[in-house]
Amino acid sequence: MPTSLAPVSIDELKAIAKRIRAHIVEMVYEAQSGHPGGSLSAVELGVALYWNHLRVDPANPDDPDRDRFILSKGHATPFYYAVLAERGYFSTELLKGFRKLGSPLQGHPSMKALPGVEMSGGSLGQGLSFAIGHALAGRLEGREFRCWVMLGDGELNEGQVWEAAMAVPHFGLGERVIALVDRNGIQNDGFADQIMRTNPPAMFAGFGWKVIECDGHDMAAVDAALAEAERPDERPRVVVAHTVKGKGVSFMENNPGFHGKAPTREQVELALTEIAEGLA
Amino acid sequence: MTQAASAAATREAYPYALIELVEQGVDVVAIDADLSVSTMGYQFGEKYPERWYTVGVAEQNMVGIAAGLAACGKTAFIASFAVFLPGRCFDQLRTSVAQPRGGLNVKCVASHGGITVGEDGMSAQAIEDLALATSLVPFDVVVPADFESAKQAIVAVGKTTRPAYVRTGRPKVPAVYGPDYRFELGKATVLRTGTDVTLVACGVMVRAALEAAELLAGEGVSARVLDMATVKPVDRESVIAAARETGAVVTAEEHQTTGGLGTAVARVLAETVPVPMSFVGVDRYGTSGKWDELLTYFDLTPARVAAAAREAISRKR
Repeated sequence: MPTSLAPVSIDELKAIAKRIRAHIVEMVYEAQSGHPGGSLSAVELGVALYWNHLRVDPANPDDPDRDRFILSKGHATPFYYAVLAERGYFSTELLKGFRKLGSPLQGHPSMKALPGVEMSGGSLGQGLSFAIGHALAGRLEGREFRCWVMLGDGELNEGQVWEAAMAVPHFGLGERVIALVDRNGIQNDGFADQIMRTNPPAMFAGFGWKVIECDGHDMAAVDAALAEAERPDERPRVVVAHTVKGKGVSFMENNPGFHGKAPTREQVELALTEIAEGLA
Repeated sequence: MTQAASAAATREAYPYALIELVEQGVDVVAIDADLSVSTMGYQFGEKYPERWYTVGVAEQNMVGIAAGLAACGKTAFIASFAVFLPGRCFDQLRTSVAQPRGGLNVKCVASHGGITVGEDGMSAQAIEDLALATSLVPFDVVVPADFESAKQAIVAVGKTTRPAYVRTGRPKVPAVYGPDYRFELGKATVLRTGTDVTLVACGVMVRAALEAAELLAGEGVSARVLDMATVKPVDRESVIAAARETGAVVTAEEHQTTGGLGTAVARVLAETVPVPMSFVGVDRYGTSGKWDELLTYFDLTPARVAAAAREAISRKR
């Protein structure tokens, strides 16, 4: 298991991010359902993490020493499956089966149905707790792996997140559990400030975490934030990435209507053009 | 009840069972949620502090942590009261434990089951937990009748890799079993043979069923008594044999008559050997009182079980 990765250049990461975005749009179109908005907002976080920070070997997905990536915002499967496929866990051909009968690419992740899928998801708020379990097991067995947990900002409404947030510092797991918040400001029913106002940096800080904020679509900034999160500190670290829901596709950006809705064929063509031209 | 000297609460078996599992080489990690003095989990923590965590009053987090531990190969035990586990964390049990990979290796041991929790009143009295636990597809569900049965049942589920729910009780109850007893997961124990009716019970109602059989014997009615400690998977063979050989079946449980033992037995008989049945349980919310007073208040008595048996027998053709 690699303990350090040969860094991938920011330009290369940006090129990968474009491919991920194109997959997301095509998958949701093909399935005629799914969650494009919160997938597109998470792309830079996921790409910088999987290519430059997550200590994994896609050819050996069950290595007990691997870093874990735990997708707590389980509806972001278009993003998740596309990242896993591009990272080499399985063929990108499988992405065409997303949400279809007989495909292992369920609408929300099913643990071990696919290589690299660490946790079953779809009911929000559970990932940080699951990561604590992995981290405690890792410490008991003297393993060094870290658990990176991606949460949505709407998901922070769930009380279980805070049960877990208080437990991470209590158990001294700051070097083993790192949280990532995709702060896109929109949840299922609308803008987060109107549905349930939260202040993720202040809330995590109040629970004893070191908060690292960044522009979640500036690849260099995201990469630097993740590197800072890896540096030891007496507090556990959370990266709050300020993002735009639907990022990279003009008509999806900051549009609550595309939280869980598929585009039309014409919209797909426009979206793919915009992604190729690098609106993001 | 003359065996008071050997009376012990089923919940008291929990730490003994965990220690036995560790001594047998099972990689146990146990978690409590601020009720360890009542679940007795703290006794395991004293023996194996590196294998025991307490997460504060946070049952949802407890389930998630257990799932993570199980995903890394541990046998994860979690303990709380039966009103909170599964009640407060059912969705976590479903999504994080029951669904992944056909069910993760997480064992719930829920103490203070049923109405015999006593003085704490209705909010503390779990009469829904078996319905919830049996609805989780891969779960085994066990309701032991006494200390020895509870200890062996917890050890037995600890040796499988499936998720499980074991319900224990708060009060000290007389022993049902002697030293020769061997618990077998999924198998009923025939405590009394009989030919006219079968009383199928679990937990504290096993004792009531045995006393009901005595009452019936005085009237010339021969009642078989089954301890159906494993509510899921229910012992189909024993249930079918009971229906064939006695022609009437009564179930008795410290739980609602929907979703627990009665439902499981009725389903088997509806599919195989339909016979007259009666259901003894608790179908209303309760009140405070001493545990034995509450058994009378809720009519979970030998007299009620005997009356249910007569009623079922009266419907035989």
